[in-house]
Amino acid sequence: MGSQGGWGQSKEFLDLVKSIGEARSKAEEDRIVLSEIETLKRRIAEPDVPRRRMKEYIIRLVYVEMLGHDASFGYIHAVKMTHDDSLSLKRTGYLAVTLFLNEDHDLIILIVNTIQKDLRSDNYLVVCAALTAVCRLINEETIPAVLPQIVELLGHPKEAIRKKAVMALHRFYQRAPGSVSHLISNFRKRLCDNDPGVMGATLCPLFDLITADPSSYKDLVMSFVSILKQVAEKRLPKSYDYHQMPAPFIQIKLLKILALLGSGDKQASEQMYTILSDIFRKGESTSNIGNAILYQCICCVSSIYPNTKSLEAAADATSKFLKSDNHNLRYMGIDALGRLIKINPEIAEEHQLAVIDCLEDPDDTLKRKTFELLYKMTKSTNVEVIVDRMIDYMININDHHYKTEIASRCVELAEQYAPSNHWFIQTMNKVFEHAGDLVNVRVAHNLMRLIAEGFGEDDEGADSQLRSSAVESYLRILGEPKLPSVFLQVICWVLGEYGTMDGKCSASYIIGKLCDVAEAHANDDTVKAYATTAIMKIFAYEIAAGRKVEMLPECQALIDELSASHSTDLQQRAYELQALMGLDVHAVESVMPLDASCEDIEVDRSLPFLSSFVQQSLEKGARPYISESEQSGMSHVNIFRSQDLHEVSGHTLRFEAYQLPKPAPPASAPIAFAPPTDLVPVSDPTYARDIQPPPKVPSSLDALSADVGVRLRLEGVQKKWGKPTYSSSAASSSSSTSQKTVNGATHLDGVGSMSAQARDNLYDSRRQQVEVSAEKQKLAASLFGASSSKNEKKPSSHKTIKGSAGNVEKPTTMVKAVTSSEPTEKTSVPPPPDLLDLGEPAPETKPSVDPFQQLEGLLGPAPVQSTPDSSVVAGPREPDLMALYSDIPMTNLSGTSTNPTATNFYAVSKNPQGATNVSTLKKGPNPQDSLEKDALARQVGVTPSGKNPNLFRDLFG
Amino acid sequence: MQIHFVILISKQGKLRLTKWYSQYSAKERSRAIAELSCAILNRGPKLCNFVEWRGNKVVYRRYVSLYFCMCIDHDDNELEILEIIQHFVEILDRYFCGVCELDLIYNFHKAYYILDELVIAGELQESSKRVVTRLMDSLELLVEESKEKANTIRNVIAQVTK
Repeated sequence: MGSQGGWGQSKEFLDLVKSIGEARSKAEEDRIVLSEIETLKRRIAEPDVPRRRMKEYIIRLVYVEMLGHDASFGYIHAVKMTHDDSLSLKRTGYLAVTLFLNEDHDLIILIVNTIQKDLRSDNYLVVCAALTAVCRLINEETIPAVLPQIVELLGHPKEAIRKKAVMALHRFYQRAPGSVSHLISNFRKRLCDNDPGVMGATLCPLFDLITADPSSYKDLVMSFVSILKQVAEKRLPKSYDYHQMPAPFIQIKLLKILALLGSGDKQASEQMYTILSDIFRKGESTSNIGNAILYQCICCVSSIYPNTKSLEAAADATSKFLKSDNHNLRYMGIDALGRLIKINPEIAEEHQLAVIDCLEDPDDTLKRKTFELLYKMTKSTNVEVIVDRMIDYMININDHHYKTEIASRCVELAEQYAPSNHWFIQTMNKVFEHAGDLVNVRVAHNLMRLIAEGFGEDDEGADSQLRSSAVESYLRILGEPKLPSVFLQVICWVLGEYGTMDGKCSASYIIGKLCDVAEAHANDDTVKAYATTAIMKIFAYEIAAGRKVEMLPECQALIDELSASHSTDLQQRAYELQALMGLDVHAVESVMPLDASCEDIEVDRSLPFLSSFVQQSLEKGARPYISESEQSGMSHVNIFRSQDLHEVSGHTLRFEAYQLPKPAPPASAPIAFAPPTDLVPVSDPTYARDIQPPPKVPSSLDALSADVGVRLRLEGVQKKWGKPTYSSSAASSSSSTSQKTVNGATHLDGVGSMSAQARDNLYDSRRQQVEVSAEKQKLAASLFGASSSKNEKKPSSHKTIKGSAGNVEKPTTMVKAVTSSEPTEKTSVPPPPDLLDLGEPAPETKPSVDPFQQLEGLLGPAPVQSTPDSSVVAGPREPDLMALYSDIPMTNLSGTSTNPTATNFYAVSKNPQGATNVSTLKKGPNPQDSLEKDALARQVGVTPSGKNPNLFRDLFG
Repeated sequence: MQIHFVILISKQGKLRLTKWYSQYSAKERSRAIAELSCAILNRGPKLCNFVEWRGNKVVYRRYVSLYFCMCIDHDDNELEILEIIQHFVEILDRYFCGVCELDLIYNFHKAYYILDELVIAGELQESSKRVVTRLMDSLELLVEESKEKANTIRNVIAQVTK
């Protein structure tokens, strides 16, 4: 009945859909849609369009919009349609507006009134339609208009309405938590609703509420546990069963909630252990939904207060996932493992081979998930292997989003666990080289700081060794084409500071390199600025050392070019460089001291050198400076005023119906839209607004000054060298010289907690014995083995369990997971069924309809035993479809081309024996014929493009 | 929010249905569709039914020529979503008495109605197949009734005015 109900569309519409189906390119499709839009625009504007016709226009608008085109010209007609009395039209109207309008669209205000009316309707289906629209359309502003009615509907006799009312309130809570905060008790009440659907829906808002504040709902733990128990014991009506699991979606939601409530709460967790182990025991690992529940159980166990028994059960379930051949399950297994190792890192060791299999799997999704796991289990002992792997992977991907993520993870791990500074610098170089434009600038600053500060100990030798190795590697890297800007900045800075330090390279060589950099990146002002300053430093050191500096021609050319640059910052640098060349040794030494990037600079915030200038100005009649606090004191009054205004604007719209006129109307008083009279006349309102938040001004200043200590100096690099910022240009010339005395490296002396921590970690790891081998064959050992003392105890003679090609050369050193019992265990576990198998293991309700018989029924005369036993549900299908093609005059949809597409793509799931049937029938009655039809149908663009005899193979994976 | 959006896409990359529960601009939508259809349609048959996409995950499931895709948070339960898709398809199947892609092409608004009964504001609101189909059936009935009523009234009017 369903399908032909909707075939009442006009030929025009069918043609449209068909021609879009046949479109061979996106451009062709766009052309068709655009002409459709023109047609619709014309038609819709005609006077007196019949309502039925209008309904179809609206559906066509939905179609156009779905294809990504703008149908906004018709929105208003959809809105109008919601006013219609006919339910069918009204629903179409609501459907269209929910798809067209987002919650802040102007037209919503026109629908609110209709929604209010419909919520009061006697027909519960109308109320349902309105509630569905409420969930999508009502925004923060319009919530008050419908809220009382929704609350009333919570007690409606129809469960479908109670359920939707709960969902609507949930939506309100998401939009504006404050608007429903007084209604939370209603959610608790609905939890005890007689209807499982309402109860299940109530779990959604409760989940959100508990996420926000678990402590207020601890009293519900017992209720949730008992609900879960009842669900698991199949106390709910059979109709909630799904693939023979009792209400699995409700179970999963409950498990999510319990995980929140039990997190870090021993007492609450203790109430859950029994039910959790029950679920694990009953766990059905042959069906997908059973595994979904098991997975959620593992998540719950790893979140609540740990308990040995449930952890064991969770670990068992996880290892079943990991041993599965199914990619989905292995993915879930990796994820579950990531959760469990937070509690017990040793669990991972058992699965090292499975993890490495996943890491080397061609499936990108699985690979990335495995990297996520490795990221979680990184320690100082395996950091080198893991980060190297990550970088190798990072180099080969194009997905910017993921590249950024993995780059920042590499950086984080390297900063946290680097075994040596040398390794750290090498790693950072690789990250910068391949993903430099994607990493945070902070990382670059950290790297420069590390090189400048060295080990922080009084081990100058090691420090200078580190620096010269950095310089060496950078000089090499500079030969590479296309380096990211951030990386070039680092390189320039390091070369400027330390390029000539060890005497291996001559000043002119370094300067030449820096000129090359500036020349090669003519469009990158920041890099040019870094290069110029670096050149200036080299000159300064040379002059200070009393050596004669000859000016290279390319350097002179660069200076000339920059002196005429459009960037004032670059100009200034060029002039400063020229000025520096003219200074004598002593002046240069104090302007640019050698290796002083770590020295503190004193900044006198009162700027005393300006006092004479200020004094002069005052004498000339300038107005004295008014301090921040005085200014904010003045503006207080204004703030009160603006708050007043704000409150008034709070009463924006009223949705109640207007009162009936009374003899003495008291109505005008409360509405009070007129702004209150200004208490204080303010000449310039923008001024008042500017300083409106007075408490903020001093506090932001404080923050600023605090930042100067730690943060701001980090950014100092940019301030000083980057594009001229407001603050740097505002600084007077004398202050800029005071900065210059420390090489413009002011950012480097701030010891952020981050760096301190990173450095500590560096020391820690340096002390540890690094016994990691980067060789691929020892990957497992290096990922898992080094940390485990158990490793050595195990016999090392085992071969790997899996004989698959990828693992054959796994070394004998990977001993841990391979216990002798494992192979037998493995064989005893039956392979889980393919997830994509649509076969529904619910034989009792399913009519046994052979999909191929249906197919034949469609294509030709029905076979002899044409499903006489098929139930009412599936029985009428074939005649219906045939009738469709014969009855309805849609000549363009010629039967031959569309029939194969009508192949019941779902039918298989009805058939518990589907798999066997297909295997016997796989050859098909007439493959040649069906192939032809398939080819025809493909032209229509709606059929699978697989070989027809294999049409159903897709279903069985 | 559990589900950020639902996309039905055919093997040829043609859109069959889209439903957005989170806010996306028109540009973001078309980019999402382009990126995902590229990522999903090119995946091999034996691989995971999940792809990572801009910090979220997209769970997809293929039914002959049609891919059902749902986008969820990074830390949600993928297997559950896979079954929600299956649940949706089973309801469609029951409603259309054996659903095929053509049903969804020409009756996409019905598919929207069913989806609305199943998922509201990105959360699964009803997990009982029977409840959803019964509600859809009563809607159909009501529409039929009102049609009949309109017809009879029209007949009455026609007779009176004759």
